[in-house]
Amino acid sequence: MTLARHVGIAIIATVVLLALSSKLDSFRQYQLAQVAATVIAVAGLTVLIGISGQISIGHGAFMFIGGYATALIVMHLKWPLAAAILASGLVAGVAGAIMGVAAARLRGPYLAGATLMLAVALPAVAFQWQGVFGGDQGLDFTVSTPGFLGASFQLTEWDAWVCCLSAVIVLVLLANALRSRVGRNWRAVRDNDTAAALAGLNVAKLRVRAFIVSAACAGISGSLLAVTMLNVTPGAFTLALSIQLLTAVVLGGVGSLAGAIWGGIILVLVPPFLTNFANSHGFSAGSASVPIVGYGLVLIVVMLVFPAGIQGGIRRLLGLAGPTAAGQVNALGRRWQLARNPAGRGAAAENPGGRAEAGYQIAASEAAANDGVTEEGTP
Amino acid sequence: MTKAASLTVTDVVAGYGSAPVLNGVSITARPGTITAVLGANGAGKTTLLRTISGFVRTRAGQVSMDDISLTKLAPDHIARSGVAHVPEGQGVITELTVEENLSLGLLLRPRAERAGALDDAYRRFAVLADRRRSLAATLSGGERQILVIARALLSAPRVLLLDEPSLGLAPRIVAQVLDLIRRLRDEAGLTVLLVEQNARGALSIADRGVVLNLGTVVAEADAAALAADVQLRQHYLGF
Amino acid sequence: MQEFVEFTLGGITDGLIYAAIGLSLVLGWRGTRVLNFAQGGMAMFTSYIALIVVDAGGSYWLGFVVALASGLLLGAVVERVVVRPTAGKPPFNNLIVTIGLLILIEGVAGIIYGSKNRSFPAAYSIVGAKVGNFALGPGSSPSAIFTAASVLAVALLLAALFRFTPVGLRMRASAFSGTVAQLMGVRVGRMTTLGWALAGLIGALAGMLVTPQTFLYPNSMDSIFVLGFTAAVIGGLDSPVGAIVGGLLLGVLLNYVTGYVGSNLPELAGLAILVLVLMFRPTGLFTSTATRQV
Repeated sequence: MTLARHVGIAIIATVVLLALSSKLDSFRQYQLAQVAATVIAVAGLTVLIGISGQISIGHGAFMFIGGYATALIVMHLKWPLAAAILASGLVAGVAGAIMGVAAARLRGPYLAGATLMLAVALPAVAFQWQGVFGGDQGLDFTVSTPGFLGASFQLTEWDAWVCCLSAVIVLVLLANALRSRVGRNWRAVRDNDTAAALAGLNVAKLRVRAFIVSAACAGISGSLLAVTMLNVTPGAFTLALSIQLLTAVVLGGVGSLAGAIWGGIILVLVPPFLTNFANSHGFSAGSASVPIVGYGLVLIVVMLVFPAGIQGGIRRLLGLAGPTAAGQVNALGRRWQLARNPAGRGAAAENPGGRAEAGYQIAASEAAANDGVTEEGTP
Repeated sequence: MTKAASLTVTDVVAGYGSAPVLNGVSITARPGTITAVLGANGAGKTTLLRTISGFVRTRAGQVSMDDISLTKLAPDHIARSGVAHVPEGQGVITELTVEENLSLGLLLRPRAERAGALDDAYRRFAVLADRRRSLAATLSGGERQILVIARALLSAPRVLLLDEPSLGLAPRIVAQVLDLIRRLRDEAGLTVLLVEQNARGALSIADRGVVLNLGTVVAEADAAALAADVQLRQHYLGF
Repeated sequence: MQEFVEFTLGGITDGLIYAAIGLSLVLGWRGTRVLNFAQGGMAMFTSYIALIVVDAGGSYWLGFVVALASGLLLGAVVERVVVRPTAGKPPFNNLIVTIGLLILIEGVAGIIYGSKNRSFPAAYSIVGAKVGNFALGPGSSPSAIFTAASVLAVALLLAALFRFTPVGLRMRASAFSGTVAQLMGVRVGRMTTLGWALAGLIGALAGMLVTPQTFLYPNSMDSIFVLGFTAAVIGGLDSPVGAIVGGLLLGVLLNYVTGYVGSNLPELAGLAILVLVLMFRPTGLFTSTATRQV
């Protein structure tokens, strides 16, 4: 039932997007392709964070892997595009498996720190083996439109088609996964991994699987972005990219696939706008950094003021009940509340493989007799 | 010695979540007296102490010490005003040494008095003197209880709130602790609010007794009178 | 043999920088259970402030002091404005917020100062010492000695502050149990802010010490930060001593790797070390508490 609905929406979306792309000029087609490609990465990451309850600030590294894999495959192996993209996703998925296994028992800041390290460390690979990876200049390659479309078919429109189709396919697959048993299991692990383990779920395997899926999505996204730009450089996959993905996830609403679409759109369309704005107002020297400031502000403000992001806001506006993104954030919070050490001590809290941290409590009460919400005096 | 103060709780409504635990509780503790707060589990005794010391916000009513209003103040402010709360079962910082725990109490005292007060404490509580450099984590339950009481006393409080000081202690230690509290009232003229499940023991040293049930005061009288009221004792206090 | 000595000494110097960042993270973590992902960015920013002072004609030492003071102030402001509102909320929130702060600071630095690499003056020469014909490498230079001395001095001063002063006792009490500290009249909020201010100070010091080597640009502290984080994790996030030992171990180990194996990828090696430590001894080398997994 749900599969049919998803496929139905997918078909309609594909038709609409393809029709749309034919109406756009070359630059807008390029942007459409970029949006679609970005949405794939954001969707994968939102599944990792919002559904399986982990965190990564290093997914740019998987995009790096996907992008470079595609460049190398197209340049040296001359495979057809679809095969190259799939293979890149696969390679990134394998890397995700490795990272996932290494990180399966990590939680919270430990996991964040490890993924941060991955984001910082991996691009250096391009400089270490310059012969293969082209160092600072990166790799350039070419892609051509397939014969059956005719010689005059625009490359940018082809790129838009490829990216949009890929995005639709990935989103359908993810949506189905989320409604299936694996999705339920992920949510169980997210909400309370001890209870999940006691219920017989293989927590580590589920967490690794989430990493694989999200890394593969990032890899495909990196691959597609490389195709649209026809080149890959280390400078395209910095730590900032990883954090931009995170921002898109948070903005769209953690755990929401629809939110991932919003996030992807904003991530691609807003920064150039901000940079142009800065340029035209005399800030050209640092204008490239303006969007970065924007990301930082968004992360801080959204977390402090609207943790449920855009999709949560829309849901609330439409009065929709059900598992909202706010629910996802609250699910993380519920798990934290359940495991909270009532004494407010830190001693039990730093084990990255164990209890959820007690959070940061100034006015926490030691209520051995109470586990509800306490009304507390403020310092 | 700091002058002991009166503690007045007037029509306090307080609690957690949607239903209040205290439904209009009024208690007056005169200076230099021990008031035993008794009642079954869930009656609101611990909540009462936590409301007085500021960890639970009052929804209605007042709490005051002499004529200083404590209502709505932050817990650390109330502590600095001279209300020492010894919570149930916890309160020792295990990562600090015995002496460091005690020093926390000293911080509320004028610098000039500190060394002398610490020496006094070690004289009074020999068990702490022996272990002064040990981590508090190595103390037994009874020793920890002595530690938290000593620490509270070091801050020269005007009002002392004790929550189940005898909980989990061997009967012999319980007797010592109760005796200590009685002596503190006699020698230091401290005002004490003593929450206890061990009603018999509490009433034996108290001046007044208050019985809570389901968040309201069901009886308030001199301790001797309460202890003599067999019907009341059996109904609410279990002996 | 000469290489070994060179690598070891160089490793100790680098390791103390990681230790300083690690120490800063531990200080922030202990009081609040928040890991300050923005610490590297903050250190970069305070170094830029120092550079402004120096460019405007001030002496290096004036810039140094200004950087440290800015670190103190920045740490306090960050705690009060950005981290405090996440108190009592799920840990995920403070994670996102400090990450957001990191790129906010890097972005602002990019706007104000531009993203070009800027060279940064060193306090002392980086030429290594020689014993007869035996070159000891840059780890024995006056600059390295200054690094070692300042990090150790700050660490010792902090240790003394915590162990012997009333304010240090209040801070420790607040970190170990905010509730009990409140019971004892401690203004826990202020102690927390102070803790973060000191963390900011140490971070600023680390920035000033390492920037001459890395040059100064918005992302210049990213690698140092992740390695400092690794040092803190190795030692155990609750242990200041652990951060120092962890830093030294990491610094020396990485120097051996890059020296003997010849890799240009210290961060990848560091990642491998981090993952290994987290897999086998997740609470770090120096924490004694262990939680029981059901």
